[in-house]
Parts: sequence; structure tokens; C-alpha cells
Amino acid sequence: MSIPKELRYSEEHEWVKVEGENVRVGITDFAQHELGDIVFVELPEVGDEVTADEPFGSVESVKTVSELYAPISGKVVAVNEDLSDSPEFVNESPYEKAWMIEIEPSNSAEIDNLMTAEQYEEMTKEN
Amino acid sequence: MTELKRTPLFEVYKENGGKTIDFGGWELPVQFSSIKEEHEAVRTRAGLFDVSHMGEVEVKGPDSLSYLQTMMTNDISKLKNGGAQYTAMCYENGGTVDDLLVYKLDDNHYLLVVNASNIEKDYKWLEEHLVGDVSIDNLSEKMAQLALQGPLAEKVLQKLVGETVLSEIGFFKFQQDMNISGKKALVSRTGYTGEDGFEVYCHADDAVDLWKVILEAGKEEGVLPCGLGARDTLRFESVLALYGQELSPDISPLEAGIGFAVKLNKEADFIGKEALITQKENGLARKLVGLEMIDRGIPRHGYPVYKEEELIGEVTTGTQSPTLKKNIGLALIKSEFSGLETEVEVEIRGKRLKAVVIPTPFYKREKK
Repeated sequence: MSIPKELRYSEEHEWVKVEGENVRVGITDFAQHELGDIVFVELPEVGDEVTADEPFGSVESVKTVSELYAPISGKVVAVNEDLSDSPEFVNESPYEKAWMIEIEPSNSAEIDNLMTAEQYEEMTKEN
Repeated sequence: MTELKRTPLFEVYKENGGKTIDFGGWELPVQFSSIKEEHEAVRTRAGLFDVSHMGEVEVKGPDSLSYLQTMMTNDISKLKNGGAQYTAMCYENGGTVDDLLVYKLDDNHYLLVVNASNIEKDYKWLEEHLVGDVSIDNLSEKMAQLALQGPLAEKVLQKLVGETVLSEIGFFKFQQDMNISGKKALVSRTGYTGEDGFEVYCHADDAVDLWKVILEAGKEEGVLPCGLGARDTLRFESVLALYGQELSPDISPLEAGIGFAVKLNKEADFIGKEALITQKENGLARKLVGLEMIDRGIPRHGYPVYKEEELIGEVTTGTQSPTLKKNIGLALIKSEFSGLETEVEVEIRGKRLKAVVIPTPFYKREKK
């Protein structure tokens, strides 16, 4: 299971990558593995506000629908449009090709509250 | 929390990479490799399923036929020894107790194969309505069932059955006491995937050996162990009803589109016959239809279906079809909106998304 060191993680299995002022968000390798073949990704639109721990979209596998929870609050400044035609990127490349949204954080301190790679690994082991 | 039930094959799931979930009180594998891969294996090659959770009830005695004729919607008198039949059992009001297979083992001797989640309910129902010289016995714990499904199923199984010629077993026919690599089994040409294939009923103690020997025999053909996820997408594309979704105590077999298993003309009065005749005479209020999404979204079980402001029914099963790559569903809706090409709306997470009524089944294999 891949858990890149430089990212931060939420309890809902989202990852966060700081890129300058903004952060990219996606779901973890662990999450995609649990969900199975992803066939549909529903994301917000650029300009939408997202709130930490609230749903901002959903991913669907063949079998089920799962909500995506925002790891931090802020404004959506970019959305990965590739995922509407290629939802399988979530399985193939959860940390690169399958980034989902880019958020302009309303409170950067929220990022520090997220788990480190070590902490996230610990959490997934407990499950 | 009550403990989840397990089949005799539970120990081999892990060896094959199976991921288990709670399926109606049973700890069963949802997938081994991936639902899509397993689905494709069954459509193009073959796949092996553990369906030992299904229930088996033996019916014996000189009055077996007349008894079954009062319990079942289909005409059991048409069954010959060595034949199987798909049927339903109904309540007086026409709602469905269960859908099941009836195997005629011999004169005055039948085997009923019922849904796992209904075993206790069905057995009680059958017991309450016993008439004449008939006895019933719940064999579910003693029996296991494997399903080998797909165009190469016959080729693979043939390697293990010696002198038996599988091609001589017709659709919905079976052979008892077949010797599969030294184990005795009842083998029928039946299934729940829309492909050719076999269901293998054996003693619970032989299940692990048979599972392993069939997988080994199918290595060359690319047979994959398959989970319930693929079983569900396969049966859904072929529009084979699932109890709890297309069928329920509130849904009659006529509404669910399995009228072919309801013989209103048969002489015997069966439970629910009057109600079903009335339904048919008055015209069905609801029908099961196929829907394809026009807008982007996947219909799922329980999602409401609208025509303009009117709630007209709900989705019974839906997913992205692995074979067709389309977002499709089955929905039970008011009959007046069931015509092909009728546009309706499915409510998905608070949004009304457009869909259209399309023909079913969604998938039909090409007959050889």
C-alpha cells in the first residue's frame, strides 16, 4: 500500500498535497483498493466552497457509492476534468493522475491538523 | 451483533485473495481480483462462484407433486425426472415469498433451491402448508454449491467427469451422483449469469476439494474465482430477478417480469393464484423496466423515479454495466410510463437526472 511521505491525510482517507498557496486533494491508495473498480466520480465546480469534514462529491465503484469528505475548508480553484472520462485513474494512479480538486484554503492551520504519513499508516493498520 | 454465517469454502477465500463482506448475515466474498475482471472472465471464458449460502430443501412422499402444485406459481407437473424449473412462491395477496428452482430427482422426490436470506422463512412457510403424505427436510447445512459459469464452463468441467458427456445435459437439465474427480455431485446446466454453465451441488465436506480441482482444471482457460459483486452485475445485465430488489412481499412475480414462471392456467389452485389473476385482468399497476441514464449519473437500488412532478416508482438495481459500459438500471414504475423511449427522471443525491426506458434484457448471449 503506497502512502507518500510528503502528503497529509484525513480520517476519511483523503490525501492533501500543498502546492504553493493551494492544496490538491484526492483519495488514498488504501481507499481505492477498498472501493474496487471506480466507474464514476462526481466533483464540485470551480468556485464552490467546501467545508472540512463535509461531503464535496462522491466516487462510485461498480458496487457502491461513497462520499468524498473535504479534508479542509476553502474555495475550489480547479477540478480534475479527466476523471469524468477516466474514473479508472483513481485505481491506477490515486496520488498523481487522480487528483480531484484544488482548494484555496480558508484556514491553512487546518492542514497541520491532518495526519502525517506515519499516523495514517498506523490508522489503516488498525482497520 | 450476531455472528456472520460462513460457507464450507470460507477458508479458501483468503488463498484466492477474496475480500469478504456481510451479505444478508453471511460473510461472503464480494470479489477476488476485481468485479470488472471477474465479470469479463464469465462473459468471455468462465468463472467459479461459491454459492453455498443458497438453501436446499428436500421434498419427499407420494403427495409431493400435488403439494408443490399448491405452493408454486409454475406448473410442476411439467417437470420430468432430471429436469429443473424456475418458479416463485406467493402469498395470498400475490406478493412474493421467494423465487427458487425445483429439481425433480425422482417420482415423489424433489429438491428446492431457495435464496440464502429466505431459508428460514421459506422452510416455515412450506411447513405451515404441508398437506397429504409429504415430508420436507432442510439440507442447507449439509450441502454446498459451486457455480461454474461462462462459455468455456463445459470444456473445463468435462476434464473432471470421466465418461460423462456434459454436452448431453440440456439447459435446465441435471444429472445426480456425477463423479467429479472422485466426489459425488448433482450437476445442472443452470445459472444466474446469463451465460452457459453449471451449478454443482455437493456434500459440504467436498466443497473445498471441488473448488480447488475445478480452478486447477480451468487454469489454461483462464477461469477466475468470482465473488458476489460480479454475480450481481452479471445477473443484472441479463435481467434475472434478485429477491429483495426486483422481488419482495410487496412485489408480485407478474410485476417483476417473471410472468413466464406463473401459470395462471394450471389446474391446481396455488397460493396467490386469485390475486394474480385479478392483477392480470385489471392490468398491472406497476412494471419492471430498463432505464438508461441520459444525464451523467448511476442509478442505484432505492433511488426514486419521477415523471415531471409525479413520483412513479423506484430503481430496484442499477450500476454501470461492465459489458455495455452504460449507466443503466431496472426500475419498478407505474405501468403508464413503462413504454419504450419514455423519458423519466431518477433522483440521485438530490438531483433529478434524465433517463429513458430501454428494452431488456440489457445483455443476451449469442446462442451457438
